[in-house]
Amino acid sequence: MTAANITVSETPLVLYTLRRADDALILGHRLSEWCGHAPMLEEDMALANMGLDLLGQARELYSYAARVEGRGNDEDKFAYLRDVRQYRNLLLLEQPNGDFARTMVRQFFYATFADLFWRAMMHSSDPTLAAIAAKSEKESAYHVRHSSEWIVRLGDGTEESHRRAQEAIDELWAFTGEMFETCDSERGLIDAGIAIDPATLRAPWLKTVSDVVREATLALPSNDWMQQGGRSGRHSEHLGHLLSELQSMPRTFPGATW
Amino acid sequence: MYTQALNSSDGDERHVEDAERAAQFQARIDADERIEPNDWMPAAYRKTLTRQISQHAHSEIVGMLPEGNWITRAPSLRRKAALLAKVQDECGHGLYLYAAAETLGTSREELVDLMLAGKAKYSSIFNYPTLTWADIGTIGWLVDGAAIMNQIPLCRCSYGPYARAMIRVCKEESFHQRQGFEIMVTLCRGTEEQKAMAQDALNRWWWPVLMMFGPPDQASQHSDTSTKWKIKRFSNDELRQKFVDATVPQAQFLGLSIPDPGMKQNEAGNWEYSAIDWDEFKQVLAGNGPCNRDRLAARRKAHDDGAWVRDAALAYAEKRRQRATLQAAE
Repeated sequence: MTAANITVSETPLVLYTLRRADDALILGHRLSEWCGHAPMLEEDMALANMGLDLLGQARELYSYAARVEGRGNDEDKFAYLRDVRQYRNLLLLEQPNGDFARTMVRQFFYATFADLFWRAMMHSSDPTLAAIAAKSEKESAYHVRHSSEWIVRLGDGTEESHRRAQEAIDELWAFTGEMFETCDSERGLIDAGIAIDPATLRAPWLKTVSDVVREATLALPSNDWMQQGGRSGRHSEHLGHLLSELQSMPRTFPGATW
Repeated sequence: MYTQALNSSDGDERHVEDAERAAQFQARIDADERIEPNDWMPAAYRKTLTRQISQHAHSEIVGMLPEGNWITRAPSLRRKAALLAKVQDECGHGLYLYAAAETLGTSREELVDLMLAGKAKYSSIFNYPTLTWADIGTIGWLVDGAAIMNQIPLCRCSYGPYARAMIRVCKEESFHQRQGFEIMVTLCRGTEEQKAMAQDALNRWWWPVLMMFGPPDQASQHSDTSTKWKIKRFSNDELRQKFVDATVPQAQFLGLSIPDPGMKQNEAGNWEYSAIDWDEFKQVLAGNGPCNRDRLAARRKAHDDGAWVRDAALAYAEKRRQRATLQAAE
C-alpha cells in the first residue's frame, strides 16, 4: 500500500501561494542534490545555503496555503502527497542540475526574477505574503549576487567555462518566459493588490540579465520561443523522477510521523 | 610527501638546537601553555598534528556523503532542512580544520590530494552505508556522540588553532547529536515498522561506532607521544568506555537493545562490552569496507568535475588583476 494523493481546493489565493511554494521547494531540492559534490568546499556551503533559504520559503508558503485552504493539509502533505500533475512550479526550476554552469545559469535567471518579485510583493495587501516577501527578498538578493558573480567568472574565465556557460544559457532560455505569465485566476488577486503582475518585472529582469551576460562576454539567444505548462501541471519528464525520490518515504510508509 | 618536506625544512641546525629547544617546548606544554603557529615546535609534533587535523578534516568532508545520501529523501520538510543544514555544518568543519592544518605549513590542496590519492586516512565509520532513514538518526546519536567524546578533550589540546577549532566544532556536534537522538525517539515512538528500522540501524552501527575510538590501548601506535604533547588526554579505551557508559541508558530509554548480549554492568557501574572484531576494523582501514571505493570515487568525481570551474575562477581572477594593472598604468 502506498499513500494516496491529497486533493487540493485551489482557490485563487491557495493556487497562487502553492505556485511560489513549489518553485522554492523544487529549486531548493535541486540545489540540495549538489551537497557533497560541488566543485569546491566553499561552493558546497553556498549551494546548501541557497537551498536552505528556498526550503525555508517553501515551508512558510505551504503553511500559509494550508491555513488559507483550511482543509487539514499541511506543508508535508503539499510537498509529499501531490503528484506531478498537481505540482505548479516553473519548468525552469525542475530542469536537472547538469554541470555547474547549468546550475548557476538556472539560479541566476530565477533569482533575478525572484528578487524583483519579492521586492514588489513586500507591498502586498496580504500581510502574510508581504512578510514572507520581506524575508525572501533579502535571501534572493544574495542569490542574485552569488550567481551573477559566477556567470561573469564562467563567461570571462576559460574557453571551456565560456562554452559551458553559453550552452547553459542557450538551453535554459526557453524556460524564462513562463516567469512573466499570468493566468486568469490571478487577475482578481492582482486587482486586489494581493498579487503583482509579473509582466511588469520583465523589463527590469531583462536589463539585469543582459548587463551581467554582457559583462560575462556571453550572449542571450535570439530565439524567443518560450515553453510553458508548469503553472498548470504540464511538466517536463524530469519532475516525476525528482518527486519519486523526494516523496519516497511518506509514500512508502503512509501515515507515519518522522 | 609533506612529511619529508617538513622534516627537511627543519634543516641541519636541528642537531645543535633540538635538545635545548625541545626541552623548552616540553616545559611549555607541561605548563599548559598553548603552542601557536609561529612558535618553534619539534618536526614530529608538526607532523603528528598535520596528520591528525587533516584526517579530521577529511573525515568531515567524506562524512558528508553517507548523510548526504538521504537529503533528497528526508521524510519531512523539517527533517530535510535540518539534514541539509547539518551536512553543511560538516562542510564548514572541514574548511575550518583544513585552515587549522594549513597553519602548520601544508596547503589544503596538498592535503586533499593525499586523501584523493588514498594516501591519507579518514574516519573508518564513513565507509559504512546509510540504508534507511533510521541510519540518519543513528549517525547523529552514535557517530556524532562518539565524535564528541573524542573531541571534547581536544578543546584543551596543546596546539592553539586546533583547540579553538574544536570548541566551535563541539558545540555544533552536540546539537547534531541531540538532533539524531530526537530522530531516534520519534522512530521508537512510531509504528512497529519504524521501531524495527531503528533497531536494525543500531544493530548495524554499534560495533563500527565502537571502532571509531581506534585500536585498543596496547596496540595504539601514536598514543605515548601524543599524550606527552597533550594532544591526546585520554586513551582510546578510556574514551570508548565513557561512550558505552553514556550510551547504554540512552538505548534503554529508547527501548532498543544493544547488539551485544554478553554486555553487563560491573560493580564500578561500567558496562563491560564483548570483544570487538578488530579484523573488520583493519579491513576497513585497508580499503575493504563496504563503501571505501564509493566514497573515494565520489570525492574524486566532485574534484575532477569541478576542475574546470576552479580553473575558470583562477583565470578570471588573473584577467582582473591584469586589467587593474593596465588601468593603473594608463
